[in-house]
Amino acid sequence: MKEIVVISGKGGTGKTSIVAAFAGLAKSAVFADCDVDAADLHLVLEPMVKQTSDFSGGKQASIITEKCVGCGQCEEVCNFRAVFFDGPANDVVEKTYTIDPISCEGCGVCVHFCPNDAIEFKDVVNGQWFISDTRFGTMVHAKLGIAQENSGKLVSLIRKEAKRIAEEEKKDLIIVDGSPGIGCPVIASIAGADLILIVTEPTLSGKHDLGRVADLAAGFNIPVLIATNKFDLNPDMAAQIEEDARKRSIRVVGKIRYDKAFTKAQIMKCSVVEYTDGAVSQDVKALWRNVKNAF
Amino acid sequence: MRTSDNIVVAIASGKGGTGKTTIATNLAHVAAGMGRKVQYLDCDVEEPNGHIFLKPNIEKTQAVTVDVPEVDLKKCTGCGKCGEICRYSAIIHLKDNHVLTFEQLCHSCGGCLRVCPAEAIKPKPLDIGDIEFGKSGDIDFVHGRLRIGYVRTPSLIKEVKSHIKDDSLAIIDVPPGTSCPVVEAVKGTDFVLLVTEPTPFGLNDLKLAVGLVRDMNLPFAVAINRYGVGDKEVERYCEAQNIEICFKLPDDRRIAESYSTGDMIVDSLPEYEKGFTDLIEAMTV
Amino acid sequence: MKIAITSRGETLDSEVDPRFGRAEYFLIGELESMDFRAIENKNVNAAGGAGINSAKVVIDAGAEAVLTGNCGPNAERTLSAGGVRLYTGVKGTAAEAVELCKGGKLTEAGGPNVESHSGMNK
Repeated sequence: MKEIVVISGKGGTGKTSIVAAFAGLAKSAVFADCDVDAADLHLVLEPMVKQTSDFSGGKQASIITEKCVGCGQCEEVCNFRAVFFDGPANDVVEKTYTIDPISCEGCGVCVHFCPNDAIEFKDVVNGQWFISDTRFGTMVHAKLGIAQENSGKLVSLIRKEAKRIAEEEKKDLIIVDGSPGIGCPVIASIAGADLILIVTEPTLSGKHDLGRVADLAAGFNIPVLIATNKFDLNPDMAAQIEEDARKRSIRVVGKIRYDKAFTKAQIMKCSVVEYTDGAVSQDVKALWRNVKNAF
Repeated sequence: MRTSDNIVVAIASGKGGTGKTTIATNLAHVAAGMGRKVQYLDCDVEEPNGHIFLKPNIEKTQAVTVDVPEVDLKKCTGCGKCGEICRYSAIIHLKDNHVLTFEQLCHSCGGCLRVCPAEAIKPKPLDIGDIEFGKSGDIDFVHGRLRIGYVRTPSLIKEVKSHIKDDSLAIIDVPPGTSCPVVEAVKGTDFVLLVTEPTPFGLNDLKLAVGLVRDMNLPFAVAINRYGVGDKEVERYCEAQNIEICFKLPDDRRIAESYSTGDMIVDSLPEYEKGFTDLIEAMTV
Repeated sequence: MKIAITSRGETLDSEVDPRFGRAEYFLIGELESMDFRAIENKNVNAAGGAGINSAKVVIDAGAEAVLTGNCGPNAERTLSAGGVRLYTGVKGTAAEAVELCKGGKLTEAGGPNVESHSGMNK
């Protein structure tokens, strides 16, 4: 069983649309949407949720108003400016302290230093994750709460579940839809994978961001491939990207032409290869063949 | 003192690739052309792109560090309190006075420094990236660049924002998504422009972004880029939610081509300048 | 000598777990007496610091050597600081690993043999 992760560096290059197409082309696969703070794959795969679980990524501190004596130790030791002297009166003092949940990092330092045990430190439910059926196979996905920390823990959990399910169902492949950027969620998406596919676009921004995400991927000793989406928007730039890739010894294994069919398919809630048999669909199929051969 | 001329505007979106940088850089360019004092701050520190379009002359580079613990083992009594308080495995106590630190895991909460009874732990700077300052014509340009493999995105964003000037219209280019880097970037701004595209993915992620700015009580409006490429659902959603759509850029292939070569839309296609001028006036009235 | 073996199961006939930080279990016991107990690894799903915390578990258990498949840089550094000898590339069942160790057939690792995060999702 192998795992391929699709990332991009720059957002909007077409990762999710391509993963949706792969889902339809793969014969035996499980899918994982690891773009947890802006998940879109479900809009095309239309999952029927079979199991929902809460996810807790960390803890959060909150002041027990009745026990607060207004000493201000919490505010003094908080490095994240999450503590404010704007809470209501209690039996002992006229004003108490409060903690802003959006700024609270869950480090627990205030909890340790409070002289009156007036701070609760609880696991916080940051989001939910799901195991669902789709027309192509089982999908594991999640919804991270708004303004939550995206440390990568939820991403790791989703991948672990996808792997467990793939083993149970005796599937050959796990296809992971990653997130943009180069931070924790991306690192958590690619660590331990068998193959990384970077989807880029023929723009200066795409070229720039590709460099940074390729540098990140290089640190993991995992084979990397590139696909250039919308390549005909700027064939010169696409060629420059190919040249850059060659210098890094990374193969460009697919070039997909720009086609409004991608958007039309999205609106019809299907992948581009389900929507059309035209040239763009052939481009995607050719990419898929090359990706499979790379394993 | 901040006046309506000198507000801080954040250009954000849930979905990546909707056109934040396109709009942010063109807004800055047009505002400067209108004679305003403008600052552009690129807070997409993982993948900054604003410099591709604004092509600044960089005048200064500042290394950005965060504090991580440094332990003086000679003073250490081996009590283990530092390891106990750390939730990130960034400092661990093995036995006797054997304390190890793992700087890249540190969140700089300061717990270990504060809890050590022997004052054996001091803060030490860890380099997480840099900030470059420059000028793009009359625009004051600032961007942060995170060191690859380092995870302190919000810390670097905070540092970039600390350079916001009181006397300028400050335009902040925000990273995509709705989690902590975005929260850090939009926090404390006067107005958020949420950029979306009229597609199902665009709408889905717009709703998440709207949830975020409402949660944070920030005034906001929506800009639709590539207008016409998809359907009318984004417009229907905004109308149903009483959200103002204050800007539209059509799905013009020439815009995509201009973008692909790092050019300013308003320079390649001057017919679009008025839209940006109107938007600046609407935001700063 | 007390040793630790990363394991996929709780007994000596379990396969050696190729990961250190995110191994399913640590089997701790005396080489000579073959008396081993299993410690379930709570770091399997840790957000970060799995290698470091697993190393601490092994050190606190008093092991003088660790037998495993792969070990990343943070774990290796911690084990080394704790004076624990590291043997990587170990395969087969835990019982087989013990025999190899007794027979002096294992070579100590010179450093970490995998990149950071390699054990995730394997």
